[in-house]
Amino acid sequence: MGSSTSHLSKENVSEYQELTFLTKQEILLAYKRFMELYEDKKNPPDPRVSRVSLDKIVKLPELQSNPFRERICHVFSTSELKDGSLSFEDFLDLLSAFSDSATLEIKSHYAFRIFDFDDDGTLDRNDLEKLVNRLTGETDDTRLTKDEMGQLISNILEESDIDKDGTVNLSEFQHVISRSPDFVSSFKIVL
Amino acid sequence: MEQRVSFSDHICEMDSDYVNMEEEEEEEEEEEEKPGQDSSLLFVTESAASSRRCTETVQMNVFRESSDQTSHDNEQMSSLQRHHWSAATMKVISSMPSLAAGKQSTGVISRRARRSPGLHQHPADPRDSSQPPPQVPDRTIELDVEETSPEENDKELLLASLRSLSVNDRMRKLRAMPLSLAHKIELRQLAFSDVAKGSLISSGIPCCRPFRTSVSTTLRRCLFTCLPFLRLWHEPMKRLSGRFGTGVLSYFVFLRKLLLFNLLHFAINNLFLVIPQATRPPDINSDSSFSAVQLLTGTGYLSQSVMFYGYYNKTIDICPPADCGKYSIGAAYFLTIVSAFFIACIILVYSMSKSFVKGYSVLKSHGNLAVKVFCSWDFKVSKKTSVRLQSEKISTQLKEVLSDKISGEDGKSCGRRLVVHLLTWSTCLASIGLSAGGIHRLSEEFLSDSEKPLNKQGFLDDTKLLRLPAVVCSVNLLLPGLFNLCAWLEKHNSPSVGVYISIFRNLLLKVSIVGVLCYRWFVNIEGKQDLKCWENTIGQELYCLLLMDFIFTVLYTFMGEFLWRLFSKQILKRKRKPVFDIARNVLELIYGQTLTWHGVLFCPLLPAVQIIKLFVLFYMKKGSVMLNCQASRKPWRASHMTTIFLSLLFFPSFIGAAVSVTYTTWKVKPSAECGPFRNLTSMLQSGKLWINDGRGRLIYEFLVEHPLFLFITSGVFMLVVCFYSQVVDGQKMIITRLEKQIENEGKDKYFLMTKLQELCEQEGLVSPDR
Repeated sequence: MGSSTSHLSKENVSEYQELTFLTKQEILLAYKRFMELYEDKKNPPDPRVSRVSLDKIVKLPELQSNPFRERICHVFSTSELKDGSLSFEDFLDLLSAFSDSATLEIKSHYAFRIFDFDDDGTLDRNDLEKLVNRLTGETDDTRLTKDEMGQLISNILEESDIDKDGTVNLSEFQHVISRSPDFVSSFKIVL
Repeated sequence: MEQRVSFSDHICEMDSDYVNMEEEEEEEEEEEEKPGQDSSLLFVTESAASSRRCTETVQMNVFRESSDQTSHDNEQMSSLQRHHWSAATMKVISSMPSLAAGKQSTGVISRRARRSPGLHQHPADPRDSSQPPPQVPDRTIELDVEETSPEENDKELLLASLRSLSVNDRMRKLRAMPLSLAHKIELRQLAFSDVAKGSLISSGIPCCRPFRTSVSTTLRRCLFTCLPFLRLWHEPMKRLSGRFGTGVLSYFVFLRKLLLFNLLHFAINNLFLVIPQATRPPDINSDSSFSAVQLLTGTGYLSQSVMFYGYYNKTIDICPPADCGKYSIGAAYFLTIVSAFFIACIILVYSMSKSFVKGYSVLKSHGNLAVKVFCSWDFKVSKKTSVRLQSEKISTQLKEVLSDKISGEDGKSCGRRLVVHLLTWSTCLASIGLSAGGIHRLSEEFLSDSEKPLNKQGFLDDTKLLRLPAVVCSVNLLLPGLFNLCAWLEKHNSPSVGVYISIFRNLLLKVSIVGVLCYRWFVNIEGKQDLKCWENTIGQELYCLLLMDFIFTVLYTFMGEFLWRLFSKQILKRKRKPVFDIARNVLELIYGQTLTWHGVLFCPLLPAVQIIKLFVLFYMKKGSVMLNCQASRKPWRASHMTTIFLSLLFFPSFIGAAVSVTYTTWKVKPSAECGPFRNLTSMLQSGKLWINDGRGRLIYEFLVEHPLFLFITSGVFMLVVCFYSQVVDGQKMIITRLEKQIENEGKDKYFLMTKLQELCEQEGLVSPDR
C-alpha cells in the first residue's frame, strides 16, 4: 500500500473526500483496486487522464454479473472516445454515487441515466423494453412475451407518465423512485 | 438573450420547486419556494410570449440549421421532416421545465459535460407514436439553435447560486450535484475563490443548521472510526448481501442491533452493579459443588456468584477499612434496571420511527409495476447464480402481476380453499393451545413435586430442573415446522400474505409460551415465602431457558439445515437448496431477547450471556446460510419487514418485559433473606429511600407526583402530533392537485406546439415538404 498511496497526494484525497460521498478509507481502497486494473504498473496514473478500458472494469467482481455493467461504465465515463473507459476520478464518481451516504437525488439521477439506453434524456418505450429485458435475464423462460411486454410498458407509462407525453422524464422517474423505500439500499455497490 | 435565459431559468426554478415539494416533503430547500396555484396559467402566457419573441430572432438560426442539416445524415433530416417541427418549436419544447433535469439545469450541464463538444449531431430519434402528444427531441438541438454558448451560461448560473449560499451549504450542494469530479473541482475553485483554501470543512459559520450538520457528519465519521462495534461484521455482511440480497441481510442487521442493545445493558449493569459488588464479596458460605449440568441450570456454585440476585448486598462500604460512606447496592440495582429499560425504550422507539418513515410512504401508490421495474434490481448482488435468481424472481413477480391484469381473477374452487384454510388454522391453533397447556401442566407438576431451588443436593435433581426448559425449547423448535407445512398446504396467492400469516402464527406461539411461563412465575413462585430466595429461582430458570434455547438452535442449525440439505439433495434429488426462513429466525431472536429482558432483574449478567450467544449465533448462521441455503425466489420487502420486526420487538417483547419488571418492582415483596432488597416492602422502596436521602427529592416530587406537569407535557405532545397529521393531510391534497396540474401542462404543451407549428408554417419558415 505504501507505494501506491504515495502517488495520491493528501490534498487530492481530502479534495475527493469533500466532493464525493466516500470516506478516506474508501478512497484509498478504490485507488488500490484501480491500480490493480491499471496496465502500466511503472508510471503512476494521472487521476483524470489515465484510463482503464471497459473490458477491464467489467471484470471487477462487484460488476461482472451485473446486467447493467456496460451502461454504468458508459454513464460515468468522461472519455472523449465514448468507449466507456474510466479514469480514476470517474471511478470515484461511480463509487460515490453507489455509496452508502449518497443522497436519493444523486442515486435516482444516475439510475435514470443508466436506464436511458439511447441517452436522449427520457425513457421511452424502447428504453423500457430494453430495461425489462435486462432485468428478467437471458433465458427464454424468464423473458416476457410480446403481449406481456406491451402490457407492462403501457402500465408503467400509465403509472409514471404524469404529463402524458409517452415518455418518462427525470422528474417523473424520481417521483416513482420516491415511493420505494428500498431503492437507496439496493442501489449500492461496495468494494 | 440574457433576459430570456434568466426568464427560462425562473420557470425552471418554479417548476423544480413544485417537483421538490412533491418528492421531498420534509427537506427544506435553500432556494426560494414560491408555491402558486395559478402559475400554470402564468407559464402558458409567458411561454406564448417567448415563442412570439423568438420567431424573429430564430430565422437566422433556422437557415443555419438547414444548411447544417444537409451535411448530416439523411436519417436526421428525414426525422425532422417527419415531424415538421420548426426550430422555434423545438426551442420552446426543449426549454420547458419538465425537460430541465435536476435543479437549476445541473443535469443539462452534466449531460453536456459528459459529451464531447464536437459531437452535436446526435440523431433525434423518430418515434412513431400514435398518441397525439409529440415526442420531445434531443436536447442538443437546443445547442444548435441557440447561438450563445449554453455551457457557459449554465455554469454562470450555477456559480451565482453557489456563491449566494454559506460555505457549508456550498460544500453540501456541490457534493450532491450529479457532475463529474473534474467539473466539480473546477466549480469548487471558482466558487470558493473568495474563501481561504484548506479550511473549508472547519470554517464553521455559526449558524444553526450548518453547524448541526457538520457536527453530525464529524460525529458519524468519528463513531465509525472509533467505535468498531457499529461497523462490526462489515465484511461478512457484504459477502452475504452479495450472495443473498437484502432480505437475508436484514436478519443479520437485526442480530447486530440486538447485540448492541445487550452491550448497552451489559455496560450499564457492569459499571454500577456487578463491579462494585464483585470487589466486595459478601460472606456467604458457598456451595462448593460444581458440575457441568449446574452450568446449565445455574444452581450450585453459580447461584452463589455475582450472576444472580441472591449474591447482592444491601449496601457495601466504599473503602472497607475506613468508613468513607456506603454505596447502596439496592438503590443502584433498582436505578440501573430502570434507566437501562428507559434508554432501551427510547432507542427502540427512535429506530422504529426511523424505519417506519423509510418503509411506509405517505403517498398513495397508484400501482406497483413502475416501482417494481425501476427499483427492484439489487445492485449489491454480485454472485452469478444469485444474479440469475434475482432475474428469475423479478420475472416471476412481473408475470404474476401481468397475468392478473391480462386475464383477470382466476377462479379457483372457493369451497376447497375454505376447507383447507379451516383445517390448517385449526391445526395450528390446536397445537399452540396444546403445547401451552402441556407446559402449564408440567410446571404445576414440577412445583408440587419438589421443594425446588437453592440448596439441592444430587445430580439427579439438577437434571430434573432441565426438563421444563427442554420441553419449552423443543416446542419452540418443532411447531414452526408444522406451521411451514400448513403454509405449504395452503398455497397462498400472494407470497407476502404467506409471510404475514407465518409470522402471526409463530408470534402467537411465542407469546403463549412466554405467557404461560410468566403465569408460572408470577402466580406460583413470586412472593412465596416458603421458597428461600424466589428471585434466584426465577433468575435461574430464565438463565437455563436462554442457554437451552441456544443449544437447541445450534442443534437445529446443524440438523435442520445441514442434514436437510443432504437429505433433499441425495434422497429427494432436488436441485435447489433449502431457503433461509427469515421470519422464523427473526422471531427466534426476538424470543431470546424477551427472555433476556425478563431476566435482567433477577440475573444481572444475563445480557452478557445473550451477547456471547448472539456472537456465536452470527458466525454459525452465516456459515450455515453460505453452505446450505440459497436465495429465496419470493420477494422480500426489506424495509417493510424491518419495521414490522422492530415493532414486534417493541410491542409484545419489550413492553411485556417492562410491564412484568414494573409489576415486580412495584407490587411484589422481595424475599427477606437474600438480595439487596431484604426487609423492604418493595424494590421501589429502595429507590424512594435513596431519593429521600438525597437532594433530588424536590425535583422528584415536582416531576412525578405533581399532576399538572404531566398534563401539560402530554398536552404538548398531543398538539404536536395533531399538527403533523394535519400537515401530512394538507400535503396529500397538494400532491393530487399538482399531479393534475402537470397533466394539464402536458396538454398545454401539445396545444402550444401545434399552434407554433402552424404559425411557422404560415410564415413560410418551414415548408411541409422539403
